[in-house]
Amino acid sequence: MFAYIIRRVLYMIPTIFAVALLVFLLFHEVGEDPVRVALGPHASPEKIAALEAKWGLDQPLTVQFGGFLREIVTMDFGRSYVTDEKLSGLFKEGAWVSLSLTAPPFILGLLLNVALSLLIAFYRGSWFDKLSTALFIISMSISYLVYIIGFQYLFAFQLDWFPINGYSWGVASVPYLMLPILIMLFVRAGPEIRLYRTVFLDETSEDYVRTARAKGLSENKILFKHILKNAMIPILTNTVTAIPFLVLGAFLMERFFSLPGVGDLMITAINTGDFPVLKGLCMFIAIGYSVFMLLTDILYAYVDPRVKLG
Amino acid sequence: MTTQVKNNSLGRRAWRKLVSQKFTMVCFTVIGIYLFIAVLGALGVLPDHRIEVGESYTRPMLNVAGILGTDFFGYSVLYKILAGTKTAMAIGFLTTAIVIPLGVIIGAIAGYYGGWIDDLVVFLCTVVNSVPYILMVIAIAYLLGKGLESMCVAMGVVGWVPLSRLIRAEFMKHKEREYVLASRLLGANDFLLIFKHILPNVFHLAIITASLTVLSAIKSEVILTYLGVGITDGSSWGSMIQAAEKELVTGVWWPLMGVVMAMFLIIYALNVAGDALRDALDPKLVD
Repeated sequence: MFAYIIRRVLYMIPTIFAVALLVFLLFHEVGEDPVRVALGPHASPEKIAALEAKWGLDQPLTVQFGGFLREIVTMDFGRSYVTDEKLSGLFKEGAWVSLSLTAPPFILGLLLNVALSLLIAFYRGSWFDKLSTALFIISMSISYLVYIIGFQYLFAFQLDWFPINGYSWGVASVPYLMLPILIMLFVRAGPEIRLYRTVFLDETSEDYVRTARAKGLSENKILFKHILKNAMIPILTNTVTAIPFLVLGAFLMERFFSLPGVGDLMITAINTGDFPVLKGLCMFIAIGYSVFMLLTDILYAYVDPRVKLG
Repeated sequence: MTTQVKNNSLGRRAWRKLVSQKFTMVCFTVIGIYLFIAVLGALGVLPDHRIEVGESYTRPMLNVAGILGTDFFGYSVLYKILAGTKTAMAIGFLTTAIVIPLGVIIGAIAGYYGGWIDDLVVFLCTVVNSVPYILMVIAIAYLLGKGLESMCVAMGVVGWVPLSRLIRAEFMKHKEREYVLASRLLGANDFLLIFKHILPNVFHLAIITASLTVLSAIKSEVILTYLGVGITDGSSWGSMIQAAEKELVTGVWWPLMGVVMAMFLIIYALNVAGDALRDALDPKLVD
């Protein structure tokens, strides 16, 4: 087990290196020329050269890439081109907002959706199952944008139950987060419940279920004790690998509701050519993804004794 | 006595199952109509969506151009939706045309050969998956210049990973089967084994993935365009939603309603069709 973890951590190094190379090459060209954005269209060539020198853009690509690798190792991505703020501060603030937006619907949604899909799987084939399946397909066919616009219009603009947009720090942020969280719970329900229902139903055709039935176990016991345990593996994969992307927040939500999260930071950075922000974000997510992939595999071994890590 | 052998291949059985479901066929027809509109658009026969057909913000009325009302400029909402249909379908199907061959070939080669090739492919998948999808797509779309084709390429080169994983896993199972061994003994080379013998047995995965890819590409296009990093010539549902969202608070609801209905219909039809394809093609579910 220990050797396995060490090996996997070592395997992360080439992966992160490759991601770094990819991100570096891709984002070098992306968006507006940051120097032009910063100085405006009428800047003199001397000024442009001075700023390029300050940001290190006049160096050869290999030297710039070396600098980027050093930033990854030290996890310090310097300052934003646009606001000249330290990125570590920006990320920390943004991540807090994004996580307070995405974590509650993630956890609540997981519990609710697993419970609901178990219920639906229990009544499989009944009108309840058919009706909910039909409703979920309809709910999945409506664009995310439409949900946001519709809910915002109805609950914030017409009914005035929630603030339309904005954010304040601390406890005061709760009213601003309520509506986006509600929308995310609603949007995630359809695809997740359908997925989990399929997972549960796939398990019901397994041999161990037949054995359990032959032993005379009740359907309740089979579903909640045996099937639920076996179905945890696909549910875990689906859940744990999604965690690093939570930091990115629901960037559409952040856009619509003017929440200063990481997703909003990302979209703004794309529009202004804020290269350090994009690079830093990508690397944070990539490293997070690798770590959580490893965590998933370790969890597998924990949940399913048949899985041997080696 | 001669026994008539009924052709009962997986494909034929799936086809019979699909045709027997009336509602599924309705959804396939809807997809067909949208495709037809897209082809008309590609041929340039659709009415121009940038011609004034009436006053600014006319409510829906009873003539062809005005049936869904007009927008700020007096352009027909219906014509704009038709133009958006062409863009959406083009993106959906072009992206799929990139994803499916890439995913199938990469997955097949990795699964069939194993060894260092497989290691390389798995490594590539991990790398592509580690970068947030939306950032990758936006970055590639920027590199190639904004527009329809670059969006398709961007979504294509990111989108092959899940399919190649599925295909790889199936190839790993199939290459050890006896029918493959038998063909190899008869002298079939790798190319023949991969594409003629194993691929037909796993191709249903590609068909199911294709229906999902069309769906997600259409949805992504709308969102990317809405964010201002997609289609810029105005012929997209995303830019319509962007404009309609601001009009909603002033009581102008029809542009939004039109585009929402148009999107809902095609996505719903694709969802139902995808489910039906999966039910019909999954060998585990064949009764």
